[in-house]
Amino acid sequence: MTTAVVVFPGTNCEHDVVYALRAIGEEAELVWHRDTDLSSFDGVVLPGGFAHGDYLRTGAIARFSPVMTEVVRMADAGRPVLGICNGFQVLCEAGLLPGVLLQNRDLKFICRPIHVRVEHTNSILTRAAREGQVLEIPLNSYEGNFTATDATLDAIEADAQVILRYCNPAGVVDAAANPNGSLGNIAGIMNPGGNVAAVMPHPERACEDILGSSDGRIMFESFAASLEAANV
Amino acid sequence: MEVTVTVRRRPNIADPAGAAVSKALRDLGYDAVEKVRIDRTITLTIDGADPVAVEERVREMCERLLANPVMEDYHIEVGP
Repeated sequence: MTTAVVVFPGTNCEHDVVYALRAIGEEAELVWHRDTDLSSFDGVVLPGGFAHGDYLRTGAIARFSPVMTEVVRMADAGRPVLGICNGFQVLCEAGLLPGVLLQNRDLKFICRPIHVRVEHTNSILTRAAREGQVLEIPLNSYEGNFTATDATLDAIEADAQVILRYCNPAGVVDAAANPNGSLGNIAGIMNPGGNVAAVMPHPERACEDILGSSDGRIMFESFAASLEAANV
Repeated sequence: MEVTVTVRRRPNIADPAGAAVSKALRDLGYDAVEKVRIDRTITLTIDGADPVAVEERVREMCERLLANPVMEDYHIEVGP
């Protein structure tokens, strides 16, 4: 099982993602955003950073990078497609996930560990987790404020597409535990099939105890298990 | 031909930057300020003679790239 980790101009978390995947025994390789053939890969990760400088809107230009045709193909084929932070924004712009990420409510760049609660385990990000499990993962974003129209929000809630919500260390989801104004405290969502998912905080920065938390490892183990499952 | 595109966030979509500017203006004593929304203006210079065709082309650009249909509306003005 080999995972493609996409590098757009301005991506800056690609090596951390490769490291995190290799640390759990997965093979991972960097691919450039101009690559047009991902047929040798079993899954793909769009890592964090500032793809194409975040010009116009975050992810707006990246979604037209040549590699995205392959990302869409893999998503349609049921392969695991994971977006982290800026990758989340790209997947939303590409229409692979609903909604949009706006500037944080308080217009501050947030860079600190936060807690998220696992809402369910039917996604490529959470299948190795427990429902209700609280994970400590660093948030590192200025545009992490998840927003959608009322109709979209109702639909993704009804369809259980919300996989992670910001919470306090005890797992309580409330306004006080919402770092950036995201509607419904949403920190991670998936598509109806569960093979495309994205998360705003950075699991790759919490994959070893020496980093202060190894909770992010559970998300990569989930992703790895999903690669196996999608290959059956 | 010059074309001006104004991209606006829908009224029901939050504009944290607009809210911050609104607060700053009130702090400066402009109490009459009720609301501030920050729009984006994009000016394009396009090779073309037919304003209708140019506008149609720019509309396509708006739908595909310049605006995000999830949260923004756009207004096109084909210049002199």
